[in-house]
Amino acid sequence: MSEMSLSFGGLLAVQRISFDVNNGDVFSIIGPNGAGKSTLINLISRFYDADEGTLQFEGRDITATPPHHIAELGIARTFQNIELFEHETVLQNLLIGKHVYRKTNLVSEFLFTPAVRRQEMAFRKEAEDVIDLLDLQHYRHQVIGNLPYGVRKMVELARALCVKPRLLLLDEPSSGLNPEEKEDLSYWIEDINEELGVTIIMVEHDMNLVLRSSNKVMAMADGRCLAIGLPDDIQSNPEVKRAYLGDF
Amino acid sequence: MRFIKKISYEQDVRLFQHEGQIFWYSLLVMSVLIAPALLDTFYIGELSLVFIYAISGIGLMILVGYTGLVSLGHAAFLAIGAYTHACLLAVGVPFVVSMICATFFSALIGGLIGIPALRMTGIYLAVATLAFASIVEQILTHWVSVTGGFRGMAVELPRVLGVELYDAVPFYYLCLGILVVCLLLALNLLRSPMGRAMRAIRDSEIPARSMGIHLAFTKTLAFAISAGFTGLAGSLLAHRIGYLAPDSFTLLISIQLLIMVVVGGLGSLHGVIYGAVFICFLPQIIAIMRDFLPTAIARIPGLEPGIFGLILVLFLIYEPHGIYGRWLKFRHYFEQFPLYRKAAHKRQKSYLRTERLR
Repeated sequence: MSEMSLSFGGLLAVQRISFDVNNGDVFSIIGPNGAGKSTLINLISRFYDADEGTLQFEGRDITATPPHHIAELGIARTFQNIELFEHETVLQNLLIGKHVYRKTNLVSEFLFTPAVRRQEMAFRKEAEDVIDLLDLQHYRHQVIGNLPYGVRKMVELARALCVKPRLLLLDEPSSGLNPEEKEDLSYWIEDINEELGVTIIMVEHDMNLVLRSSNKVMAMADGRCLAIGLPDDIQSNPEVKRAYLGDF
Repeated sequence: MRFIKKISYEQDVRLFQHEGQIFWYSLLVMSVLIAPALLDTFYIGELSLVFIYAISGIGLMILVGYTGLVSLGHAAFLAIGAYTHACLLAVGVPFVVSMICATFFSALIGGLIGIPALRMTGIYLAVATLAFASIVEQILTHWVSVTGGFRGMAVELPRVLGVELYDAVPFYYLCLGILVVCLLLALNLLRSPMGRAMRAIRDSEIPARSMGIHLAFTKTLAFAISAGFTGLAGSLLAHRIGYLAPDSFTLLISIQLLIMVVVGGLGSLHGVIYGAVFICFLPQIIAIMRDFLPTAIARIPGLEPGIFGLILVLFLIYEPHGIYGRWLKFRHYFEQFPLYRKAAHKRQKSYLRTERLR
């Protein structure tokens, strides 16, 4: 991502921000409320069009790719306020993550041909792997509307994993979780990163989680980038301290 | 209580989940098969109408109940199907071919309407489809050379491979057969990826997009499929009415179709059938009731649409899940019998969604 900017009317939400994320990184974005962190995630997942700047993924320019092609390229995301398909079961939610791998056409689906059946079974198998990874077995056939908040968060993560992404965008994955769930989450982020080899960009407020799981951190305030570096360096950066705590 | 032992993933995509369902559905099929032998001709005709409404209800349910798009103009697709079928029959096209053409032509028009309508949701979409329906009504009235205008046009008798299907009983079986095929097609669609994508759009558009679902394409497709089913129902309805005129396809019919899916239960194919039975037999019940009511009330003009409206409002307030939802609760009560908890179906507010993106 280079020199990206976006303004809403007179408000400069993101001002000329550039950064690179290497394959295999866990890249965290921190900053006070209104810094433009979520906007950045929405820019990368192409829900927002940038006013200027370019966005590249694996050497490809995706500045103008429509948002529904992003998943196909291997980028999946979660949302700050959970966005699940509420009237569906956990399993159906995960299977929607498999939509980009749909090979069948409408006619064969109307007839539910053996090819469609095989595809469904293959999708199910892969969804079950994600269920096993995130310990969601109990909830498999439950409707989202009946699930507690923490579980919904995990289902959202699971749905993103079903896309089999190479880049995962997490928008405040730990908000609203209890300490135990946060603990689990930090292990899962590690697993997803190391075992599945997924590069992660996350927006996060919980500094413990950031320090534990990320190997690169960017601090933002008022739409500008304050510093990019190793987690410990960022924590002791005077600019970052000032953004959070004000002048002494 | 019933516990289903699951040993393979196949079980979850089967049409019948357990033996109990197979038993009850076979019983249902048997009873509709032998119904003509037991019932009066009048009721066989009414049942055919239930089947026809159910077919168009499947179409509307896919659009409203599964994709979350409202249409107040489905009478137009019914009309397009009916007139296309009647015109093709009049020029000598064989029955089956004509019916298929009517279905696909309605689907095509539905797809075309879907393209501009995609940019709208909720009430705006409802108004746009309403406008479309009144345009179609005008065309039917004024394109006299094809539709016969106000005078209307006669529909040729249904004849498949030389067999007359005009009588109530053969026509009943024709409608039943087509309904069963349509139900199977719809069930298949709903358990495959495209049906899932439609439900995803209904529940939340933003994540659907981030999961790689092409909103515009999927919505257009939903419109086309919906219009196709309704057009097919229209071609059957043409035979049921026997004589087509623009006033058979008014706004009231569109509203009745919508009432059917809402009262039946949004988001379920069972609901379509319940809804179809409801809207076909309610007028009969009202007619019978009239005899027992005081004259002052029974004579009120517009009693029927009034009662329809009242029932719709009552359902929206007290049972938004419709007849099918009520049945599920009833069944749940007995399945869980001594352990039934009162709060099991309590409505509750859900978590906030990301609204910043809209």
